[in-house]
Amino acid sequence: MTALATRDLSVVFGRGAEAMRAVSSVSIEVPRGAAFGLIGESGSGKSTVLRAVSGLNLSYTGSVTIDGAEAERPRGLAFFRRVQMVFQDPYGSLHPRKLVRDALLEPLRIHRIPDGEQRMAEVLDAVDLPREFAYRFPHQLSGGQRQRVAIARCLILEPEILLLDEPTSALDVSVQAGVLNLLKRLQEERGLTYLMVSHDLAVVTHICSDVAVMTNGEIVETLPADDIRNGAARHSYARELLTSARSVGAL
Amino acid sequence: MSELLRIDALDVAYASRKGLSPALRGVSFALGAEKVGIVGESGSGKSTTGRAILRLLPRAAKMTAKTLTFQEVDLAAASEREMRRIRGARISMILQDPKYALNPLKTVGAQITESWKIHHPATSRAELRDRALDMLEKVKIRNPSRVHDLFPHEVSGGMGQRVMIAMMMVPEPRLIIADEPTSALDVTVRRSVLDTLAELVEERGAGLIFISHDLPLVARFCDRIVVMYAGRIVEEIAASDLKDACHPYTQGLLASLPPLDRQLERLSVPVRDPAWLTGPVYRNGAAA
Repeated sequence: MTALATRDLSVVFGRGAEAMRAVSSVSIEVPRGAAFGLIGESGSGKSTVLRAVSGLNLSYTGSVTIDGAEAERPRGLAFFRRVQMVFQDPYGSLHPRKLVRDALLEPLRIHRIPDGEQRMAEVLDAVDLPREFAYRFPHQLSGGQRQRVAIARCLILEPEILLLDEPTSALDVSVQAGVLNLLKRLQEERGLTYLMVSHDLAVVTHICSDVAVMTNGEIVETLPADDIRNGAARHSYARELLTSARSVGAL
Repeated sequence: MSELLRIDALDVAYASRKGLSPALRGVSFALGAEKVGIVGESGSGKSTTGRAILRLLPRAAKMTAKTLTFQEVDLAAASEREMRRIRGARISMILQDPKYALNPLKTVGAQITESWKIHHPATSRAELRDRALDMLEKVKIRNPSRVHDLFPHEVSGGMGQRVMIAMMMVPEPRLIIADEPTSALDVTVRRSVLDTLAELVEERGAGLIFISHDLPLVARFCDRIVVMYAGRIVEEIAASDLKDACHPYTQGLLASLPPLDRQLERLSVPVRDPAWLTGPVYRNGAAA
């Protein structure tokens, strides 16, 4: 069963002679409970895909479907109940003057969901943060703790799909390990579906079972994580990306 | 190998309401014509070390050192005037993000020759242009005369970083401090920019301090690695021996990386031990 799909998704910025095709005919299918990765370099269009799927940018053509049904434009409450997004920079995605508690309860207020206290305690437990952290401000938290709050804020609505935009690239490796473990555990425990964007091949293959390589707004190759580990890419750009990641990355 | 830089017991502390809060505690290492990587997490003091060498710390910082010498010059005691003659000419610094580190209102050519002009004010325009073009060619920019007249926003990130390298190499410094020089670059560009930097450093017999949070990258690129934790050096090791690192922190950092060649269920998360704040320092595989 496909949880999330795009068909011929295209995004064009500017018009006329200035028009720039940021995403061209991207079609992906993410089965329920699977983790799918989009990898590419800056400007490849990977984040633009995520922003179109999430509805942050609605000027796309083609279709975005959730469980086979076309996502409405603009996205409504029902969509966000099922699809939530974790952003790259936890320093920018939490309101600096709101307590963790207010950040976590806000989605519940918007969706008119009762039992706030109970749910808040549950999600703080789920992301391994002490419950007292509800009374902290973002500046009293480390980068990793902030990203856990951002994840908890998504989980509090009990969504089925998480859109992950470089969720660990602003974190130190030792902190990254903890957040990646958390994402993996949550996926297994709750059967979440992930669409993850990253430029880090090792991170993507750690979380995702299938990975699409993007360049110039197009997917040039989609391959299982195992093939990435074995370096078994066929497309020339995908091969180049694997080789460079190896030559500067793995020991 | 002749020694370029010697640091012994370098301390830096910032004055705060609660008294002095230490940023560097007894940092000691020496460097010759080689590539030394300083690795650590945010807040470990790696950038502070780089800036302390150039005496570019904020006013609130209190710096003391038993020894801080660069080619017989006592950097700790040098006057601001002497430091100005050293900065850029003999020790230069490459910064992380060309988008912010380059002057947006000056052409590439003008920026490259700026530091040369400061240290050699009598140079003719034609010679300046030749030097800039020559340098652009050395950092492997394909069409130097075109790029010479471009503004920073007209060049890509990789090219911007090459421009910054060119800019720092023009006065032929003996020591280059590169602070996360490739973190803002894509992987496919990173390698070739690093190769260019390595080539220039080796060709000139200069020393390089390469500051990075990326342990595998440093291990590939540098000769020696200095690992910092909470303002202290906890391990110093040859890059080729990194796999046999002794300090639990270095081992923890290595183990926390997601591997590219196999699937792991769970990554190991380093558990920080308060003993690391004062515990043993490992140099080349032995506690020192």
